[in-house]
Amino acid sequence: MDLGNLASLRYFYPELLLTGGMLAVVLLDLVLREKAILGDLSLLVAAGALLLIGLEPHATGAWLFNRMVVYDSFALFFRALIALAALVAVWMSIGSDEVRHCEQGEYYAVLLASTLGMFLMAEAVNLLMAYLALEFVSLTSYVLTGILRRNRRSQEAALKYLIYGGVAAGTMIYGMSWIYGLAGSLDFNVINRALFAGGAAPALAVFIALVLILAGMGYKVASVPFHMWAPDVYEGAPIPITTLLAVGSKAAGFALLTRFFYPAISHLAAGGSWQALKGVEWPQLLLIICAVTMTLGNLAALQQDNMKRLLAYSSIAQAGYALMGFVLLSDDGIRAMLVYLFAYYVMDAGAFLVVMIVANATGREDIGAYRGLAWRGGAVPAIALSIFLLSLTGIPATVGFIGKFYVFAAAISERFYVLAVIGILNSVVSLYYYMRPVKEMFLEQPAGDEKPFTGEFWNYGLMGVLALVTIFLGLYPPPMIAFASRSLQFFVGRS
Amino acid sequence: MTHALTLITFVPLIGMALILICPASFKPAYRWIAAAATVPQLAIAGWLYANFNTSTTAMQFVERAPWIRAYHIFYFLGVDGISISMVLLTALICFISVFASFSINRAEKGYYALLMLLDTGMMGVFVSLDFFLFYIFWEVMLLPMYFLIGIWGGPRREYAAIKFFLYTLLGSVLILLAMLGLYYYGATPTFDMTVLAAQAAHYSISFQRIVWIALFIGFAIKIPAFPFHTWLPDAHVEAPTAISVILAGVLLKMGTYGILRVNYPILPAASHDLAWLFLGVIGTVNIVYGAMCAMAQEDFKKLVAYSSISHMGYVMLGMASFTAAGINGAVLQMFNHGTITAMLFILVGVIYDRAHHREIDGFGGLAQQMPVYAGITGIAFFAGMGLPGLSAFISEVLVLIGAWQPHPIMTILGAATAILTAGYLLWCFQRIYLGPLNEKYRGYPDLSFREAFTLVPLGVIVLILGVYPHAILSLLNTSLVHLNQIVLSANPVATAALH
Repeated sequence: MDLGNLASLRYFYPELLLTGGMLAVVLLDLVLREKAILGDLSLLVAAGALLLIGLEPHATGAWLFNRMVVYDSFALFFRALIALAALVAVWMSIGSDEVRHCEQGEYYAVLLASTLGMFLMAEAVNLLMAYLALEFVSLTSYVLTGILRRNRRSQEAALKYLIYGGVAAGTMIYGMSWIYGLAGSLDFNVINRALFAGGAAPALAVFIALVLILAGMGYKVASVPFHMWAPDVYEGAPIPITTLLAVGSKAAGFALLTRFFYPAISHLAAGGSWQALKGVEWPQLLLIICAVTMTLGNLAALQQDNMKRLLAYSSIAQAGYALMGFVLLSDDGIRAMLVYLFAYYVMDAGAFLVVMIVANATGREDIGAYRGLAWRGGAVPAIALSIFLLSLTGIPATVGFIGKFYVFAAAISERFYVLAVIGILNSVVSLYYYMRPVKEMFLEQPAGDEKPFTGEFWNYGLMGVLALVTIFLGLYPPPMIAFASRSLQFFVGRS
Repeated sequence: MTHALTLITFVPLIGMALILICPASFKPAYRWIAAAATVPQLAIAGWLYANFNTSTTAMQFVERAPWIRAYHIFYFLGVDGISISMVLLTALICFISVFASFSINRAEKGYYALLMLLDTGMMGVFVSLDFFLFYIFWEVMLLPMYFLIGIWGGPRREYAAIKFFLYTLLGSVLILLAMLGLYYYGATPTFDMTVLAAQAAHYSISFQRIVWIALFIGFAIKIPAFPFHTWLPDAHVEAPTAISVILAGVLLKMGTYGILRVNYPILPAASHDLAWLFLGVIGTVNIVYGAMCAMAQEDFKKLVAYSSISHMGYVMLGMASFTAAGINGAVLQMFNHGTITAMLFILVGVIYDRAHHREIDGFGGLAQQMPVYAGITGIAFFAGMGLPGLSAFISEVLVLIGAWQPHPIMTILGAATAILTAGYLLWCFQRIYLGPLNEKYRGYPDLSFREAFTLVPLGVIVLILGVYPHAILSLLNTSLVHLNQIVLSANPVATAALH
């Protein structure tokens, strides 16, 4: 189906709700004196968007808005994931001491706008749309990162983010112009046909274009060598925003990356295996990036003493594991990637949430703040954080193990043994730094001069839910796997 | 009882839940809940022992239910002659270790809850027949162990705990890769160990060798086989008494059990090729090197830890012999080592609780002050030396008889080490218990009722198995002889083609 503007709207309700919600927040900010309601409203909007995605009509797929965006089950998966990330981010914002002191109206409006941009990234099928969506997410992220106006780290992080983002986006749009020159179109489908037509495009030119485009997308998923912004930004931004960037924005990056490298420039062959363009070895290129990303992320994380930085490097490494599924050129690989991203969402959001709870209680984010946490009234968050960190390591009976199992299984079945071994060794290395906070919390005694630890029920509630989901999906993953399997359909149309 | 194995595995988990919801004002109740949870486990183990059919090689008490269909993963439990003795050992050691834990007086809720989780993990490893399930239990066990050593351990506990965790995780990720390899490159994709064993001939010999070595490293770290053994002395020295008991009594057996459960039946051709080197030679190194290290130790607990490494070497040597005597001896040795080493660690704990140090040279003449304690130590030491009439004699002799034909030199080295073993144990006994009483220790009480209660059952088993080894051997024999046949008859053509 190729739908025009008006006909497209019925597939676009979640995005419309987000837009409406964003405008409502801006308007209410002008008239209301009690600003706390803006957070609650945003929470409703995020929940509503998630609900609308769940209620969406089952269709095999459609082009929307004259082939700018697409409606298919792959986009559905990522929109659901992003909506979940936004929901957690808003929930955390309401419970965050940092956010309570900044401008509520701007904060929530931009947060919802950023979510909208991520939705569009997940469904863009036109290079122009892809670029606009990506930039939209970037711009809103700069604002959100720097929203703590009196905090120097926050300001510095926003500036760094802006500079890196500008360079990456510029590089990407230059690459896109090469593709346009080679294919004569910005439409993914037309690009695909043009590139696969006999002897049409010189391989070297296509390769250069892909490398340039990769800069922009690699920047969004924070893969090496486009990862340098991540530790500073994760550290400087308010924790709910760090969470949104770490799970939501990264997921959107993966969505765009996958849609561009799979249906746009590869062919689906029989039996769920994909064929890359002849002469353009992007899987090899990404394979190296993937191996380097997880290794570098893990090695750098070993040295960190700030929890946000530690989790930032960890999330770089986690992107590497997810990329393992990406480079396999098979539906199994993509499914593994989806499973991994979902698992990553649950455990990483949980870990950041506990970091926020501790920051609320102690005002600190360094590992020293966790010393003896379990023995001074913080046993519950300590146990929850341990669950999340062990899940990130990939210890069984957690969702993280299922994610790793899928990724490694896909790699072995496609005979990428070296990659599997690198991944496995990496998860052993990662154990060391994931256990450092655990060691601090349980194995060390409190110094004795700390205040008794207190947390709010609001935050503990979400933490409990995420911890239970981590364990439940670790023991009984079929629901998550079924969701990922259903989402493997890309709509490519016929014409 | 159709769900005997599920019950025996998850009863401790119920105990754990009860401990966790038990309010802090009932603090003394934790230990009794834990004890109460291990009693039904022991009872079910007894029931299994009574109802076990010793004349079949088939899996018994089987339970099976689908779990993750996308990967053909089942909740599949069952025991045969290879695992039944380990189930008995686990139930026994866990029961004993709860009572050996009574001297723990810090954060008891967490301690007993983790102990219960550890119990479930260990039992699960021995009863699961689906490789994926096996792996889950295998890993689940690591966590409580990390915390039990790390929170309730000695001065260098943090180092010992993370070292244990890192070593074993490195081993288990190799097992994970091997498991996935077996899954994808068999005739049908499955994690069912019985099916994997039935399609063993499907795997090419070169594939078998790679997977075999990956699995071996994973399991060898647990045994622990030289050169992967360095975590063990650290872990033992820092761990609290009961955890050392579990570590030596049950956890080490998982390594050799894994090889018997996975490597031998699923990769028989590679086992036939590689066992002499990886199990025979390394096992002999374990025996000799462990004994020599034990001789050099100043710390009582470290001495026991190294002697434990040395004795596990006999298990490996017996497994490498591929004779009925050798392999039966190996599994019997696993059981005997479990009971004897558990006794030794409890005995170390008894004196440590009183003196708060373990310096062998710092004692002297304790036999005068604590005669019962010295007497039981004597039984355990003599059992450790392999004196006739005590359990380890039978198993070590079986191992040596079995290994003599295929590996004469290793057997001679193994047998000769008995002299070293006697040397370090007697020397240690002399320094601690004999001679004039060190005045510092005058007035020390002899064994308390609780301590005697943890030691006597183990001592009785050591005595009984010394004269009536058939009580355990009859369980093992049928399955092990069958397993031995499988390995011996594994495709000699494929083996020959390589040379």
